Amino acid sequence: MPLITINRVQKYYGQNHVLKGIDLDIDQGEVVSIIGRSGSGKSTLLRCINGLEGYQEGSIKLGGMTVTNRESQAREISRSIGMVFQSFNLFPHMTALQNVMLAPRRVLGIKAAECRELAELMLNKVGLGDRLDYYPANLSGGQQQRVAIARALAMDPKVLLCDEITSALDPELVGEVLKVLEKLAAEGMTLILVTHEMNFARDIGDRIVFMHQGKIWEQGESHQLFAQPQTAELKQFIASVRGLGDN
Amino acid sequence: MTTFTDWDIVRNLLLAARWTLLLSLAAFIGGGVLTIPLMLMRLSRRRWLKLGIRAYSNLFQGTPLLMQLFLAFFGLALFGIDVSPWLAAALALTLFTSAFLVDIWCGSIDALPKGQWEASRCLGLGFGQTLLRVMAPQAIRIAIAPTVGFSVQVIKGTALASIIGFIELTKAGAMLTNVTFQPFKVFGLVALGYFLMCYPLSHFSHYLEKKFHATDNH
Amino acid sequence: MTYQLNFLALWPYLPELLAGLWVTVMLTTVATAGGIAIGICGAAIRCSRYVWLSRLWGIYVELIRNTPFVVQLFFIVFGLPSLGLRMTAGEAALLAMLVNLGAYSTEIIRAGIQVTPKGQWEAGRVLGLSRGQVFLRVVLPPALARIYPALVSQCVIVMLGSSVVSQVSYEELTFAGSLIQSRTFLSFEVYLVVTLIYLALSLAMRQVLLRAGRLIFGGGLS
Repeated sequence: MPLITINRVQKYYGQNHVLKGIDLDIDQGEVVSIIGRSGSGKSTLLRCINGLEGYQEGSIKLGGMTVTNRESQAREISRSIGMVFQSFNLFPHMTALQNVMLAPRRVLGIKAAECRELAELMLNKVGLGDRLDYYPANLSGGQQQRVAIARALAMDPKVLLCDEITSALDPELVGEVLKVLEKLAAEGMTLILVTHEMNFARDIGDRIVFMHQGKIWEQGESHQLFAQPQTAELKQFIASVRGLGDN
Repeated sequence: MTTFTDWDIVRNLLLAARWTLLLSLAAFIGGGVLTIPLMLMRLSRRRWLKLGIRAYSNLFQGTPLLMQLFLAFFGLALFGIDVSPWLAAALALTLFTSAFLVDIWCGSIDALPKGQWEASRCLGLGFGQTLLRVMAPQAIRIAIAPTVGFSVQVIKGTALASIIGFIELTKAGAMLTNVTFQPFKVFGLVALGYFLMCYPLSHFSHYLEKKFHATDNH
Repeated sequence: MTYQLNFLALWPYLPELLAGLWVTVMLTTVATAGGIAIGICGAAIRCSRYVWLSRLWGIYVELIRNTPFVVQLFFIVFGLPSLGLRMTAGEAALLAMLVNLGAYSTEIIRAGIQVTPKGQWEAGRVLGLSRGQVFLRVVLPPALARIYPALVSQCVIVMLGSSVVSQVSYEELTFAGSLIQSRTFLSFEVYLVVTLIYLALSLAMRQVLLRAGRLIFGGGLS
């Protein structure tokens, strides 16, 4: 029984047909990477999964719950689905610890002392146990993104959505974030990543979903897909990304 | 005992409003003219002139307008001049206006890229020419919205002239209240009068701000 | 016709001046705190989804910003009692200042909120925080820090504007000056001294508030 079922989802931005019938199932513990050119609809799809965006037709289900973009559902969704953003979106007036503690305290109602312990645990997990009282302005991009991951994990989500979380980082800082994701994948966390990191997608991901012009163009087991792309568009895409330099 | 109709009230207020507008205009134009030499002083290279004009601005921005009016009224009287409220109010508001406008206008010039001065100098243009032909046209774009916005402050400031006896809209309102015993209606109309004078200017200032969006300069 | 300024004759009236100064400080303190609180509520309303409430508040703001403070004061002091609302001169003065500062601070704080990056709202939402929680805990603190200098300037303006409440016989600093003037007839001297006291007060107020701001917002904001 899949954890997330996406069924015939269509989305329009005004006249713009952004998602043209998406069918996708995600199992528990799977690491799925969504790749594709900008404008292919991959970020939009991700944002529909946790209700940040709405869709006009079809359905997205998590367990028994149907995901919509209604504000009243945001709380419920947050208990199962976490998200990490490309631009981190850490709260600048709070320390790393306070950033991580906020939601467990105010949404889950956990007592302050327990929240603190939980937050310390999460920050240790991402390797920032010695930076608890640092403000975002005093952390590097890679460190900020790791705090953002810890913040999302503190809510104990079933699924973690990652929207191009290394795209805004200087190249030398990308590795530390990917290491954290690798660790989470090894621990059995369900991850859905929109990413440009092809090597990571191939090596750590279970499945690759290639999106093109609002549709799922091709998908399959990660090593297989990269070794033997079936469609011309995917072949073209892989070639163009390779040109940017493997690392 | 004469009874005042609503029309009597409105008519008197309208007549008094003329003086509000006249005083506002006098202060704004007088202040604007006075600002120009002050600007030149503030932009000069002599440090003490710069600081002097800064102090002038800080003085008017750090003290109540009412006190400025009182000082003008009682201060002029010391010189044996037969001071009318009109004269004192016009003087005080003119100085008040210049103190704020010099800040706004110099601020607009400071907002321009330094490279403009340098380029002009390399082309051989003097200080005056640079100011007139290069800086001013650009600075005016930035300055126009806050200047129009400040005109609203001037109009509101004239209301205090009523306290030193100048008969304008607020004073007329106070006097009418005394004879009609309808403060709610009278001061409501007075407020409406100011609103009708100020709101179009405020709105225009917002429009100008959007149009000449200052950050487009950089 | 030389006129000698006589400041020494004012010396015996120092207690009256200090008493008036104290009243001005008290009045300003309460008006500042209350006005900012009203401004925060107003900004929340103006940024909310309740369109009609937001429009109503917007009308209130425009009315206040486009009419002189003295007229607002006279309206409250003379106009409201005719509707049956009785209050002391002090209460009326405070109310006028609160209403006035509330309107201006609404716009100032609102400007600070509107430049909040969209990502902050989204991050709050995906963590499950309600809109109200996001506003209060995530958006408002940095917004206040951003606009704090402008807010301080407005508070100083309101303090200076308080000199007008002397006209409704509230015994603050300017009223003390008028009292002394009526006894000594040294009009220019008295008002010069009073003006200098206001100047000192505005400088001190700015310093105190800016320093307090550094303490409160000191945090991680660059």
